[in-house]
Parts: sequence; C-alpha cells; structure tokens
Amino acid sequence: MKVGSPRFKEKTLVALADPNLRQALGQSRKGFVNGRAALVAGVPEFEAMRDQARDVKNHVLANLDHYLERFEASVTAAGGHVHWAADAEDARRIVLDICQRVDAKVVTKGKSMVSEEIGLNEALEEQGYTVVETDLGEYIIQLAHEPPSHIIAPAIHKTKAQVAELFEAAHGGPRKTTVGELVTEARLVLREKYFQADVGITGGNYLVAETGSSIIVTNEGNGDLTQTLARVHIVTSGIERIVPTLDDVALFLRILARSATGQETETYTTLSTGPRRPGDVDGPEEYHVVLVDNGRSKMLGGKFQDMLRCIRCGACMNHCPVYGAVGGHAYGWVYPGPMGAVLTPLFVGLDATRDLPNACTLNGRCQSVCPVRIPLPELLRELRHRQHEQGLRPPGQTRAIGAWRFVAERPRLYQFANRMAARVLKKMGGSAGRIANLPGGAAWSGLRDLPAPQGQTFLELWQARRK
Amino acid sequence: MSDARQTILGQIRAALGRGPLPADAAAALDARVPRHTRLGFDDDPIQRFIEKFESRAGTVARIASLAELPDAVAAYRHRHGLPPRAAVARPLAGLAWPADFIHHPGPAGKEEILSVTPCLAGIAEIGSVMLAAGPDSPTTLNFVPDHHLAVLHTGQIVRHFEDAWALLRARPEGIPRTVNIVSGPSRTGDVELTMQLGAHGPRSVQVILVGA
Repeated sequence: MKVGSPRFKEKTLVALADPNLRQALGQSRKGFVNGRAALVAGVPEFEAMRDQARDVKNHVLANLDHYLERFEASVTAAGGHVHWAADAEDARRIVLDICQRVDAKVVTKGKSMVSEEIGLNEALEEQGYTVVETDLGEYIIQLAHEPPSHIIAPAIHKTKAQVAELFEAAHGGPRKTTVGELVTEARLVLREKYFQADVGITGGNYLVAETGSSIIVTNEGNGDLTQTLARVHIVTSGIERIVPTLDDVALFLRILARSATGQETETYTTLSTGPRRPGDVDGPEEYHVVLVDNGRSKMLGGKFQDMLRCIRCGACMNHCPVYGAVGGHAYGWVYPGPMGAVLTPLFVGLDATRDLPNACTLNGRCQSVCPVRIPLPELLRELRHRQHEQGLRPPGQTRAIGAWRFVAERPRLYQFANRMAARVLKKMGGSAGRIANLPGGAAWSGLRDLPAPQGQTFLELWQARRK
Repeated sequence: MSDARQTILGQIRAALGRGPLPADAAAALDARVPRHTRLGFDDDPIQRFIEKFESRAGTVARIASLAELPDAVAAYRHRHGLPPRAAVARPLAGLAWPADFIHHPGPAGKEEILSVTPCLAGIAEIGSVMLAAGPDSPTTLNFVPDHHLAVLHTGQIVRHFEDAWALLRARPEGIPRTVNIVSGPSRTGDVELTMQLGAHGPRSVQVILVGA
C-alpha cells in the first residue's frame, strides 16, 4: 500500500473541514470510550489482567523462536501448513502461489490488518482474482476504494447516506435508507460470495503454540463463513501473535472485547486447527498459516520491543484526542492512531513519516487504556529523538528550540522576555481577552483563538502573593 | 521458504542475543502451566449463563428432558413462521420428530433456514456456548441458517474458559478442527456504530437448555 504519511498535515486539514467525519468520530467517542469505561468499572480484576497480559506477551517475545517452532509443529501435526514470510513480498508470493496451485477464481477475505499491511488485495487483483472483503466495514471501504480508517471499525468515517450511495452504485437501486436495510443487502450479496469462494483468507488474533490453532474474534460471523465455505483457508498473521497455550488465550479474551468495543465478548470466537477431517461434511480441504515478519523481528531486543505486545484492539485510537479530531486516513498508511504513529515509522521508515510521532500531545490517555500496557507516549518520544539524531526535524524547529534554550539558560533574560510577552499578548487580546490572529502562528490561530494572558507572569504573581 | 524461516528465526535469536534454546529450557517452557486471574463471580453458573446469553439478544428456552426437544423446536418454528424443515445434527436425529418435519444432518446450504445442533459446553463467565466441529456437528449449521437452535444440557455449563478448554483437551480425538464459541446472534456496528443483528451469521440464536 502506498504511504500517504508525508501528506499528514494536508490530510488533517481536509479531515478537520469534513462535517461527516466530525459526526462519525464524535459517535465513536461516545460508543467505544463510554462502553469500555462502564465495563471495566465492573471488573475489579481488570488491572491485574492487564499486568498479566503484558507479562505473557513479554514472555512470548523473550522465547519467540521457541513458540513459533512449537506452533509450526502443532499445525503440521494437525495436517496444516505453515509458511514463513520475511517481508511483504514473500507473503504476497506465498498466497499467490497457493491461489494459483488450487486454480482459484474467487477469494473471500475476513478482516486482516496484516493483509492490508502486505498489500494483498492489490496483488491478488493484479493477477486477475476476484477479491471480496466480507467484514461489512471492509466491504464498504473496498467499494469506496479506500483504506481502513480504524483497525476494528474500518468504515467508521462513512455515514449511512454515504454507504447507501456506494451500495446503490454497486448493487443497483433503489437506494436504502436504514442501517437495517443496508446490512440485509450486504448479507444477501456476500452470502453468494462465500459459497462461490475457492480461497478464504482471514487474519489471526491469536496463534496457539499448544494446539496449532489460529483464532479469530468477530461480531458478524463473516470470518467463519469465509474460512468454512472456501476450499482453502489461508491465515495471514504477524509472528508476534503467538500465544503459548489456550489458558493464555482465556486471559486475552477477557481483555480484548472489553478494551476494543466495550463488549463483554464479541459474538464469535473461533479456533481453527488444520483442514477438514475424515467424515467431515464441511470445512476447508487445505489449511495454511502465513507467518509474516515484515520488520517485526528487527523490533525485538530494542527500544521498540514493547510495541510487539500490541493486540490490535484499537483502544489507543478510541481514546486519542488527535485521532478523535483527524480520523484514521490522515495517518496515511494501514495503522492509524497512537499505535500507528509508532508502527508506521518503524515499518515504512522515519523519513516518510516525519509528522506522525509529532502528532501527539503526550497526554498519555492511550497508555492508560492499553490492555497490554504499551508505553506509547514514551515510544513516540523515542521516535522524535531518533528524528533529531538523523537530522529529520524541521530546521526552523531546531533553531527555535536552540533559541529557547539560549534564553532559558539565562534566568534574567528569560524573566524579562516572559514579562514582555505577557504584556504584549494581553494588549493584543484587547477587551475580549482572545487573540484571533497570532503573528507567525497563523496555522494555529486559523482554527481557534488563543486565550490572552492577563498581563503578569506566573513568577510575578507568585512573588506578589508571598509578600 | 525455508530460507525465510532461517532468516526470521536467525533474526529473532540475534535480537535476543542467544542461539536456539537448550533442551532443558525448551522443556521448561513446554511444561509451563499459566494460572491467570479469572473473572470472579458468585452467581449460580446456570443463572449467570442465561442472564449473560440473553443480554446480547440471544434467547434461552428450558425443557426437562431431550424428549421434549421436538416440541420445543416446533414451538420455535410456529413463533417465527418457519416451514417444517431443518438441518438437524446427527446425535439429535433419532428423536421423535413429527412426521411432516423434514430434516437432514448437514452441511447447511444457502437455502437453509433453521438448524438444531448439540453443544460441547456452556461457558458461564460470559454466557456463551461452545460447539466442536465434526461429522456430528458440521460448522455450517452454526453460521449459514437464519435461525440456530443450540441444545445444551445444564450439566454442560462450566464456569470459565479454562474449564471449557479442559473438555477440549480431554477428547480422545483431540482438539476439533473448528471450535465455535457463540455468544448470540450475528451483529455488526459497522454503519455509524448502530448495532444491527443478522450481519452474516444467524439472525436469531436460541439455546434450548435441557435439565433442571
């Protein structure tokens, strides 16, 4: 997938001017944030579970080679196949080879962020396969030719009217007006596809070393129909999604839905272990797991290892004020929000993603809700540090910080400058006490007023009170 | 592809600053038994199962014994105006079904409207049923029909996920090809986060709970 991150600023301005997006993001805030808060308040064990989830992930990462080999052995014992993909190109080639070998025509897909990451749809379509996304959100954005804007609610930026328009164009009229009618229409269209599919591709929330099972968690049941009705089931998943045993899975099931959508559980949790067995009347004839590295093993052992704990729940973006204002598309690649602002630079390079680590106020809400306690603000700060080391910070900013430092190291000069600024800004604020046009700060004051200071510095006020 | 395998495992080990784990360390990992915090609850597991399952738009009907199942299915059909045909999983096929009731053991095709299946367990902590795929419980019965009736015995209700895993591990044939943990009817919130039932799987799921 093309990286649009260099155009972050431009994209944020478009996003901020889009009333549909504002409305959609406002709804998501209410739904996800309040839902999570209400549920978590009813689970006194939740904080202990977050600690344990962090510890299990750290344990897996410290022994990742072992658990990957165990998983491979378990899958093979169950009659399945494991494929190793060092990068996105490897992964695409593995899937294309399977599709070609089984003479596939129609490929259905359950939601898989890894398949977005490796650009699988484009590769399949280039080779002439019909690719159908079956998660309703993914289906909507496939019709709109857009990338997902949220990792668990991919079409969160679309309004009902926009979806109705897309469906009318794709399926014919008349245009539907209710959410129920739209869902029924998609149900009927996609039902045909499940039964036509030769290959069904899903992601994997968990890969269980103990049993060789891949697990998906869905509300719609689309992933289940995808993998049950196709002749061949392919799982695309990151190497870090390994979990040692089913008992560890239980722990993650208890925190995932509560963190992600504010549900006690998603509707379906499904374990897949190998292909159809003797006597079975349904199920895939072949079962493949593609283990995708694509930069993950390079994150091990370094400052960004913590990011490999991520379980892709989306809680960080649901709670992020920046994501809440600009939505997912501004981030320009597959993963948006705080987790995306960390992952995107690591996957596609610091140079093309300069704005992402800086699109953060370091308010820490993401870290406070992350079910596996990833220190996201710290990782974003570390990325800024690397930008500085590699000379990727804007020169104007470096000069400004240098100038600030020069002044800050000289207390008398600093206090004098502060006093001057406080008085000048108060004067500019006038009787309203607000500055509508900040000289040299048009980008900032273009969207809101700067509250003017009241004329005295903090130090002056403090000294006056001490007297 | 084995090249990629070596590359990935090599990079992981280099990052971790070690070679392959020695045999005793690997054996210790394989012997690891996690004891994670479970969701605490004092309610009666059967009551909790019913409350939780019904909290997500699922329904629960209770019967005293399996012999009453054909009547329970007929009642459900009448309430929803369904024709007298269904995919009925093999273990339930031998019950005294009405003469006009046409049933087959699966798989469920596109036109299937109703299915009746056994369950392997009910999980009280979240109120979900667990179904194990096999010739006696084809997976399509759980997802393709509009209406799914899942037959669960009260004695099959366990407290936590871990107890349900124990049942999977205890099976002589091992872990089933597919295990479905079903917590209610299919749903989606993908259009304006408005919850809508009947996305791709069943629009309605009823647990028929057998026994006191």
